[in-house]
Amino acid sequence: MFKRIFLYSLVTNFFFTKKIFAAESGGMPQLDPEFWISQIFWLVLTFGVLYIVLSKLILPKISANLELRKSQIQENIEAAEKQRESSEAKLKEFDGIILKSKIEAKNIFKDAREKVIKNINSKKETLDKQIDDEIKKAEVEIDTLRQSAPEKINKIAVVTSTEILKKLIGAEVNNSSISAIVDDLVKKNGDKYYGH
Amino acid sequence: MTQFEVYRIGPEIKVGAFDISFTNASLFMVISSLAILIIFNLGSKKNSILPNKIQLLAELSYSFVSKMISDTAGSKAKPYFSFIFSLFMFVLFCNMFGMIPYTFTVTSHIIVTFMLAAFIFIGVTVIGFIKHGFGYLKLFVPSGVPVVLLPLIVVIEIISYLSRPISLSVRLFANMMAGHTMMKVFGGFVVSLGIVGGWLPLSFSVALTGLEILVAFLQAYVFAILTCIYLNDALNLHH
Repeated sequence: MFKRIFLYSLVTNFFFTKKIFAAESGGMPQLDPEFWISQIFWLVLTFGVLYIVLSKLILPKISANLELRKSQIQENIEAAEKQRESSEAKLKEFDGIILKSKIEAKNIFKDAREKVIKNINSKKETLDKQIDDEIKKAEVEIDTLRQSAPEKINKIAVVTSTEILKKLIGAEVNNSSISAIVDDLVKKNGDKYYGH
Repeated sequence: MTQFEVYRIGPEIKVGAFDISFTNASLFMVISSLAILIIFNLGSKKNSILPNKIQLLAELSYSFVSKMISDTAGSKAKPYFSFIFSLFMFVLFCNMFGMIPYTFTVTSHIIVTFMLAAFIFIGVTVIGFIKHGFGYLKLFVPSGVPVVLLPLIVVIEIISYLSRPISLSVRLFANMMAGHTMMKVFGGFVVSLGIVGGWLPLSFSVALTGLEILVAFLQAYVFAILTCIYLNDALNLHH
């Protein structure tokens, strides 16, 4: 069935095709010089107008646009570069400031420490001096006390001996003789009591 | 070959003995030029740092052509940038408009491509003689060739130089015509094989459309880059 239709169409269309090509025989229209002059004229006219308008009006504008964009991009890049440089410089400055302030802080700390140490030392010295003075004063006092102690003891010894003798023998004894005896005893045994 | 036929639109215009009537070819030249002007005018109107789509398109095309010229012809070719840019865009747009069904392909006519190529050829030759005087003829005498071979080489060089406009024009014309003819032939097969066998040529036709769009771009690029190379010969003269 299909084969039949195919064959039929091939056969009929063969004549049909022949008719199509037969209608167009007569050579290439390109080689017919009837409209050559017209084509040349219109080519020169249209291409000439196209060339003049493009070269005088449109292409300079496109070129200017491109140049403008290029220069603008270049400017932006340069500006960005400049800003980068300035920011780098600022960063460096900042680092420098930080370093400086660190050193300063260290110095201040050192100074403060030295001052405090000095202060402590001076206070310690004055305290030491005061203490020494106090000790010296106390020693002097002790010394005077110590020096005055035997006399008082002697006096006490004389007074008590006279009192004891009064009670024992019931008679007044001469003070001077007793004190002479005490002095004598002290001279003999003073070292034992006072550690001289 | 109805798609290549030129016919008059509107009245017949005659200047002297010459018929310069407005035809469908003229119509598509005007349409292509207008399209280029509109697109690039929109693309250059506003200058924002972040370009919008049409501005990006215009600027990318600008730098594309600019790079092409500086790569092939060096910095001396800068004054000819506008011409090569217009040429590339004109050929590209004519080729691309030809890809739309029922349109006319301006560049599929030998007379159009030949006029462009002849203009380039004459222009390049004039530039060469202005820049180097008769020293431009050194182009035909390559250095480092044995004296015995020199007459032969010079003849070959001259023939190759003179055939430049022909090769340049025929390349573009033949590519555009062949592509369109091929699509027409495959289209004809779709009709003749009908619903049963027509799918294969149809898929070919679809694939060919993609290929043709590539060819349309490529041929415009080749046309422009060959112009740059010829210009390079004229400006820098090292062979």
